[in-house]
Amino acid sequence: MSRAVEDTNRRMLRARDTMDRHYAEPLDVPALARVAHVSEAHFIRTFRATFGETPHRYLQRRRVERAMFLLRSCDRSVTDICLEVGFTSLGTFSRTFRDIVGETPSACRARGPLAPVPTCFAMSWMRPHD
Amino acid sequence: MFNSLTISQIFVLDQDQALDFYVGKLGLEVNTDADLGFMRWLTINVPGQKDREILLERPGAPRMDEATAAQVRELLTKGAMAGTLFFTTEDCQKTYETLLAKGVEFTDAPTKRDYGIDCGLRDPFGNAIRFSQPLG
Repeated sequence: MSRAVEDTNRRMLRARDTMDRHYAEPLDVPALARVAHVSEAHFIRTFRATFGETPHRYLQRRRVERAMFLLRSCDRSVTDICLEVGFTSLGTFSRTFRDIVGETPSACRARGPLAPVPTCFAMSWMRPHD
Repeated sequence: MFNSLTISQIFVLDQDQALDFYVGKLGLEVNTDADLGFMRWLTINVPGQKDREILLERPGAPRMDEATAAQVRELLTKGAMAGTLFFTTEDCQKTYETLLAKGVEFTDAPTKRDYGIDCGLRDPFGNAIRFSQPLG
């Protein structure tokens, strides 16, 4: 019994790792379900049971986290950064960013540079949550 | 007071599979593989660094009850209590390509950071491993 849970967890982790690595690409549920070797419906349900949020929400917040990181660590335009992290429209990006972070991308940028920290820990700890 | 760090521990689900991965694929070497009766004491090290061991321990009874061990295994496989090991390499890109060809599951490709070029991978169980080519 527990072996099955472990195997499922590990495959869900593989799908989550895929989002962490390929967030800038147009990822969809069918592609991620294939990584996890499960059906699409099963994938969404199981991912949420494993990590406490849906794959869509996880990916959206990963993209926002990467945008926050870039806003505060380089001087590229907001539009550039929006496209760089995988959003396809500036309107959707700005709205999603504000909803999740509680401030606009420009206000986030105005907070100034981040302290230097290994990127893997920045990604783990700075992704927005409720 | 302390003068060195000698042994660090991570959990693995299966010690034979761990050996295949850490020794067979990552190229670390077995330091000690001893049947103590109550447990298999299995440590590995970076080739040439025998004084810095990584203990590959299997979660289970009687160190912890079976229900707890099941929780540990579940958390390990979802990456939540997985250990993180950081290695250094002379050539990050070359090491990445070598390991990729062996079927190692990478979480990110070599990327230039402020501190060097680094990349990340998962062991078969969910532990995170990173290796970097330090700047300078």
